[in-house]
Amino acid sequence: MVAAWPMSIDLQTVKKIASLSRISVSDAEAEAMVPELNNILGWVEQLGEVDVSGVEPMTAVIPNHQRLRDDVVTDGNVRDKVLANAPQAEHGFFAVPKVIE
Amino acid sequence: MTDLTDLTVAEIRDGFRAGDFSAREVAEGFNANVAAAKALNAFIVETPEKALEAADAADKALAAGEVKPLSGVPIGMKDLFCTQGVQTTAASHMLEGFVPTYESTVSAKLWDAGAGMLGKLNLDQFAMGSSNETSYYGNVISPWKRDGGDNSALAPGGSSGGSSSAIAARLCPAATGTDTGGSIRQPAAFTGISGIKPTYGRCSRWGIVAFASSLDQAGPMARTVRDNALLLEVMAGFDPKDSTSLGLPVPQWEAGLSSNLKGKTVGIPKEYRPDGLNAEIAALWDQGIAWLKDAGATVVEVSLPHTKYALPTYYIIAPAEASSNLARYDGVRYGQRDLPDGAGLQDMYAATRAAGFGPEVKRRIMIGTYVLSAGFYDAYYTQAQKVRALIARDFDLAFEQCDLLLTPTAPSAAFTLGEKQADPLAMYLNDVFTVPASLAGLPAMSVPGGVDSQGLPLGLQIIGKALDEQTVLNAGLAIEERAGFVARPDKWW
Repeated sequence: MVAAWPMSIDLQTVKKIASLSRISVSDAEAEAMVPELNNILGWVEQLGEVDVSGVEPMTAVIPNHQRLRDDVVTDGNVRDKVLANAPQAEHGFFAVPKVIE
Repeated sequence: MTDLTDLTVAEIRDGFRAGDFSAREVAEGFNANVAAAKALNAFIVETPEKALEAADAADKALAAGEVKPLSGVPIGMKDLFCTQGVQTTAASHMLEGFVPTYESTVSAKLWDAGAGMLGKLNLDQFAMGSSNETSYYGNVISPWKRDGGDNSALAPGGSSGGSSSAIAARLCPAATGTDTGGSIRQPAAFTGISGIKPTYGRCSRWGIVAFASSLDQAGPMARTVRDNALLLEVMAGFDPKDSTSLGLPVPQWEAGLSSNLKGKTVGIPKEYRPDGLNAEIAALWDQGIAWLKDAGATVVEVSLPHTKYALPTYYIIAPAEASSNLARYDGVRYGQRDLPDGAGLQDMYAATRAAGFGPEVKRRIMIGTYVLSAGFYDAYYTQAQKVRALIARDFDLAFEQCDLLLTPTAPSAAFTLGEKQADPLAMYLNDVFTVPASLAGLPAMSVPGGVDSQGLPLGLQIIGKALDEQTVLNAGLAIEERAGFVARPDKWW
């Protein structure tokens, strides 16, 4: 039916999830999240008891079809609008801290 | 003289056209109510000048014989809809100061129809919450109080809590809401107003700050069923900019309103009556069944066997989609940036998101990230999408026996602010009756049915077949006519 459910998550896992989520958390915050997330995950795990044999996962809630349109430019030339809300924009570009690899 | 701010949208529209009052008088009346209601904290941004500008245009249009469907009607706009030139925050710190350079499709349709904007309404942060306690800009307070001198501040529901509070307090005759798992219906129930979530795909999602894209739907909130029908007509419609928008004509729901339900069969899902269901909610539900019978409908019991799995399904799918949607808040393109001294790009992302998101948003992003992560995806996400398919099939089977479903909207009346804050799970359980229809993309509406023993409003939910908003609205009207709901909060703010 279902692949093995993880037992419960520990501090290391919370820190890993935070890192994957690109959210910095302090040790104290991560520790507080361990029981919180375990409570929620423990609760959703009841889905494991549902017999889903032969059921396809839902992909579209209301039947609809993907539309195609001609492959032409329909917008553009709005650079300044795109950059208008950037915390930092320079020379017509988004600016980020120096990246050295 | 009638207080213009007591009028419904239809009454404002019709009275304005008949020359009983000017659009400017209406806008000034609501602007004054908004300005005097800071204690409710319903608005994040007030835009009285926009309301007046639209009103003056409406007065000119009437003189020129060119009125539009919503000429003369001012409304509130949930601060999840991008509004050109007006700050749009989703009630987050992350988007504080974000001023869109474009207009959402739904709000643009409302302005094009002549409506004016009173302001941007407060909500739960990124629409994640059921009590409007997760807003960065502070809690919205319900205008309602319990009878008997209990002065506790009550939740207006969520996430469209600014919308519900403002309408109940007569700060606006109507407002937009969005509903992902109940965010139109539950706040409507808590505040004694009506609101409808249409079929998924009826209203364009373009320009609405995204939470969970397979669930998010915009809809109107107002005091009457008629107002909901006429507003939804303006808000709905095909939009090529939303890939899940339905390419269907918009029915004339207002013209189609009829409270005669002869020939309709109402299904009563037995799983919505769990042991321990609040007795007053159960009694109101029974009353609602009697009202629909009185309107000519036949009533049958139906079964939706996977109902108990709807909430856990939702709390996998919605966070999963949220974790993906909210990845865009990176401190680069818009919104806040937190750049610690000497930080690199990755540190900037993590610091920005730590500072910009509130605890509930972080919690959901992290749950979503986890259930989508390598090794767990099938156990959580794929399983949830399979159960979701079963929940939708339950509805399909039930609708072979009936045309609509009647249930309570929420398991309780409005609760006290702070009461459920400490326990995320207790808060999630508020959506137990609203989430299933969201997972199945079905149209669903809440209408007020009465008040409980403490004088607080209770709502009834009507769920319809996909695309059959008309039957939902008609059943809502049948209840509205019979409930005769006239209770309103005493002004204390």
